[in-house]
Amino acid sequence: MMSAILTVCRKEILDNSRDRRTLLTAILLGPLLGPILFVVVINFTISQASSSAERPIDVPIIGAEHAPNLVAFLASRGIAASHGHGLTSVDEAVNAVRNGEREVVVFIDASFGEELASGTGAHVGLVYDRSDTTSGQRVRRVRGSINSYSQQIGALRLLARGLDPSVVRPLIVDNFDVSTAEERSSLLLGMLTYFLLFATLMGGLYLATDTTAGERERKSLEPLLATPVPRSSLLLGKMGATVAFMLLSLALTLACFTAALRFMPFEELGMSTSFGLGTALIAFLVLAPFAPLGAALMTVVASFTKSYKEAQSYLGFVILVPTLPLIVASIMNVKPSLALMAVPSLSQHLLTINLIRAEPIEASMLSLSIVSTLLLGALLAYAAIRLYDRERILG
Amino acid sequence: MIEVDALSKRFGEIPALSDVSFRARDGQITGLLGPNGAGKSTCLRILSTVLQPSRGIARVGGISVSEDPLAVRRIIGTLPHGAGLYPHLTAIENIRYFGLLCGVDRPTLARRIDQLVERLDLGDVADRKAKGFSQGERTKVALARALVHEPPHLLLDEPTNGLDVMAVRQLRRWLRELAREGRCILISSHVMQEISALADDLVIIAHGKIAAKGNPSELAARYGNQDLEEIFVSAVGGERS
Repeated sequence: MMSAILTVCRKEILDNSRDRRTLLTAILLGPLLGPILFVVVINFTISQASSSAERPIDVPIIGAEHAPNLVAFLASRGIAASHGHGLTSVDEAVNAVRNGEREVVVFIDASFGEELASGTGAHVGLVYDRSDTTSGQRVRRVRGSINSYSQQIGALRLLARGLDPSVVRPLIVDNFDVSTAEERSSLLLGMLTYFLLFATLMGGLYLATDTTAGERERKSLEPLLATPVPRSSLLLGKMGATVAFMLLSLALTLACFTAALRFMPFEELGMSTSFGLGTALIAFLVLAPFAPLGAALMTVVASFTKSYKEAQSYLGFVILVPTLPLIVASIMNVKPSLALMAVPSLSQHLLTINLIRAEPIEASMLSLSIVSTLLLGALLAYAAIRLYDRERILG
Repeated sequence: MIEVDALSKRFGEIPALSDVSFRARDGQITGLLGPNGAGKSTCLRILSTVLQPSRGIARVGGISVSEDPLAVRRIIGTLPHGAGLYPHLTAIENIRYFGLLCGVDRPTLARRIDQLVERLDLGDVADRKAKGFSQGERTKVALARALVHEPPHLLLDEPTNGLDVMAVRQLRRWLRELAREGRCILISSHVMQEISALADDLVIIAHGKIAAKGNPSELAARYGNQDLEEIFVSAVGGERS
């Protein structure tokens, strides 16, 4: 029995490792695509966050000559009045913003100085496009700076009249951000479990198809079923080979992530991550039980299909199923609890995030996650074996 | 010895075999002859235990296929329709896989594979991947795969399909040799000439029922006609079937 399982498992591994497509998805596509996408997204986020905060920007100011002090104040905060913008009226500014030539234009009327001096309230126009999300941060920065200037003058006027400026600021909001650097990074790194689970499933996708629907389509299933080997051994061997490829894919993906995270500038975001080799090994332990579950699930689904192509299109949906609990978890901001450890894929997600946050993992949670995932995997494997006991399996 | 008694098989409402009985003796080639869709493959699949009979009994070497399918599988070699090989494995790897699954130990297996490669003239393709094999090469490898555990019974479903004349002649020669060794060979076909040149005994089935059985000369005597093809046509009920 055991030797038959090993014979089947070894044959499927040999057979599939000679298939370029299988190797490509298991060893290259899954393990590399995730980390590369991840690095690109993180770097983009980091560059966006840091650029809009500090980098000096040029903003066209129509009528800059009417408010030299305001212009100087803006310049001191990194907002320079751009020269030679050629805009002369609000209408032109509206057109320029609408066409996308400019993101934001400041308009100062000739009466600005007079209004400011008389204390009737001086107008500054701000032309922008709220539907343009990329310019949002710049607009907020210009508006914030103009408001600061306004508050500064207001405070000076109150002082000049012998009043404490705090009279007009009865409430003061104090911000206490309790998130640690690890927690802030976990929001982004939460994506990591998506990629890890996805790559694990991708690693076994072709084997699950090839060993079931592929075998039927090649007409090699009938002679195989006529060999003196119980169907349970055949199926366990096939699923064993699928699990082997999935674990290989998972290990490679973790290795790529571990290497990639080392080179990412998390400190620039005020974040830190502690994803070293030790963490990667624990992450492997956390995620590995998901492989037999995924292999059994894909085998069961592929058993219902008539051809290789049909199996692949169904499995395309199946590999999305384990991401559903993850999506719900991120929307509802679920915290790890013992009960949730009974939900496969969600438990792996929550435990991996714990690892990233460098928080300790409770042994009870880890063991419940492993046991419940393996149990569901065993149930599905049993279902797959029963499916192969049916005559209809020959198609 | 293969014994089939009152065997019936239904797929849902559709009867595929009804009340089929025949014997296939050791050391003989028994031809299962009939038009496409007559139930030949269903019959062979029941004997190779991948299908369950709805009614009736089928025994291979005295063992009932419904009671102990694993024991039956140990004493049969099958060449199902289509002869599917694993394209990424070489001819020898394909044969070895089935040998291991049949529980043949490795030293014996290596010796048998050498013998089969020589006997079936597989030298040229032995270490090539099955991907580019011709139909003839595929059939030879599948036959070797069916013989690797030296089964006393052989179940061959349309083995000559897609083979050229030379390959068919060669296959016939091997099958006669295998029968001479005492094996019980059951071979299905819808091609008259092939069977007439090969079978010691004939079972003609049409619409899932036995239309006629006996050795070729008995049948000729019964139908008063020397030509097997005429016997076949009249046995299955005329030209229109």
